[in-house]
Amino acid sequence: MLLAAIVAILVTMALTLLRGLLGPTACDRMLATNLFGTKTVLLIAVGGHALGWESFVDVALLYAMINFVSAIAIMRFFEYSSATAPLSTPPQRREGDHE
Amino acid sequence: MSELWAGLSALCLALGSLLCLTGAVGLLRFPDFFTRIHAVGVTDTLATPLLLLGLILQLGWCLDSFKLGLVVVFVLATNPTASHAMAKAALDAGLQPQLPDPPARRQDD
Amino acid sequence: MIERLLDLFLLALLLITSLAAIRLRDLFAVVMLFGIYSLSAAALFMTLDAVDVAFTEAAVGAGITSVLMLATLRLTGRYEQPPTHSPLLPLGVVVTTGAVLIYATLDAPHFGDPTAPAQRQVAAHYLEASAGEVGVPNVVTAVLASYRGYDTLGETLVIFTAGLVVLLLLGIQPLQPHCPTRRPASEQVVLQVIVKMLIPFILLFGAYVQFHGDFGAGGGFQAGVIIATGLVLYDLVFGDGAAQQVVPPRWLPRLAAAGVLLYGGVGVYGLLKGHALLDYRVLASEPLAGQHLGILLVELGVGLTVFTVVLAIFYAFSSRGWR
Repeated sequence: MLLAAIVAILVTMALTLLRGLLGPTACDRMLATNLFGTKTVLLIAVGGHALGWESFVDVALLYAMINFVSAIAIMRFFEYSSATAPLSTPPQRREGDHE
Repeated sequence: MSELWAGLSALCLALGSLLCLTGAVGLLRFPDFFTRIHAVGVTDTLATPLLLLGLILQLGWCLDSFKLGLVVVFVLATNPTASHAMAKAALDAGLQPQLPDPPARRQDD
Repeated sequence: MIERLLDLFLLALLLITSLAAIRLRDLFAVVMLFGIYSLSAAALFMTLDAVDVAFTEAAVGAGITSVLMLATLRLTGRYEQPPTHSPLLPLGVVVTTGAVLIYATLDAPHFGDPTAPAQRQVAAHYLEASAGEVGVPNVVTAVLASYRGYDTLGETLVIFTAGLVVLLLLGIQPLQPHCPTRRPASEQVVLQVIVKMLIPFILLFGAYVQFHGDFGAGGGFQAGVIIATGLVLYDLVFGDGAAQQVVPPRWLPRLAAAGVLLYGGVGVYGLLKGHALLDYRVLASEPLAGQHLGILLVELGVGLTVFTVVLAIFYAFSSRGWR
């Protein structure tokens, strides 16, 4: 059952990565990144118990925190950047300035 | 008695895996960002505690299971918050939900 | 069997995310892909039984590096300009170098081979004798802080220099009395309430990692990064400049120097007592107790320096973006 759980988590990570690569808007990628982080926590926890890794619980706890901080950072900077750039389409190439 | 715990743990692991998979399929198949947040936020917040609870039941009373309980509490607190903040950030940035077309007007209107 | 599947999957993940990061022009998405890359790398380190490295990779790569790159994006702009030159020459160089490297690995010893040169020189001595000479259960900490303490002093000095250079080049903008980018509190209630409850927990976990490095994964580097990440979270959620009211920028150079001085001071104390630099055995009446005390003090020095330098770099980058 543990192995089945690990395989399920791996499949979920693969599908999430697919959405992260496809996702037309930046919001979709944000969501995929957050979900990927949570699945990594689960992979470390379940895999660590099944495969006998040491101190895997500390690492899982750390990942949960870091994933949350990273998601908040992405959201916060997304709010700042979207004031000057559209959500999904890159601007036409201009000579000179960036935005 | 220990068979009961083993069976319960297997049930939790199975349910958690199923929820993970359905959440990922929803993430791929739903048409719009806000619907995808529904799929991911709900299933992820339930799948993680279920899977970790399955692990705790297998580990028994030890320091590791207490720490896994802390992870469960942490995820239960932060995952809904992150989903809420993401939806709010998307709305503030101007992303509109994809609404269905208004129904066609009847002929005698 | 499952280990092999896990290894293959994680390596494929690394490959796919790095290829996608090269091809995408939206730098915001690239930063997020780097976060995924870092998480996969950390999981790979776990499968290789390198728990301390996985700890540091997660704390630094997915956490603070993403925040710093996003803060930079705020200043430079979100989309990469299309390339102006043909990529054939760089591609040729990279492919040739890669081919040479792969050819060189054909001669390398197998993973975990006990007769490999790296395993025969001092590694066996560290593994066998560290329990009797250093007395710390985590051999990684014993090697890092005691057997190779001089190396770690150099690393701490490198981190200190990096922070110093960032402060000299960028500087930290002073806190404005009225921050125009701070959002009204009523809009972010849920996030603020939850984060306010979580930050003490994060700081406590950082302190736990600092002192638990002797027994499990952890140590000064990871703890410094975790505590700095807690303060960064506070700054992100409660408005720009909120963290500067907690840890003012003028403390940072002094705290960083204090960390390095603590580490070096422990070493010089050994010199003054007539022994070698960083010989911890003279710190207490018993050699093992001296080793424990020495490792505790140097890890504190490392943690203090890493914390202040990471915070200083965050202040420097984020305060540039205040409008």
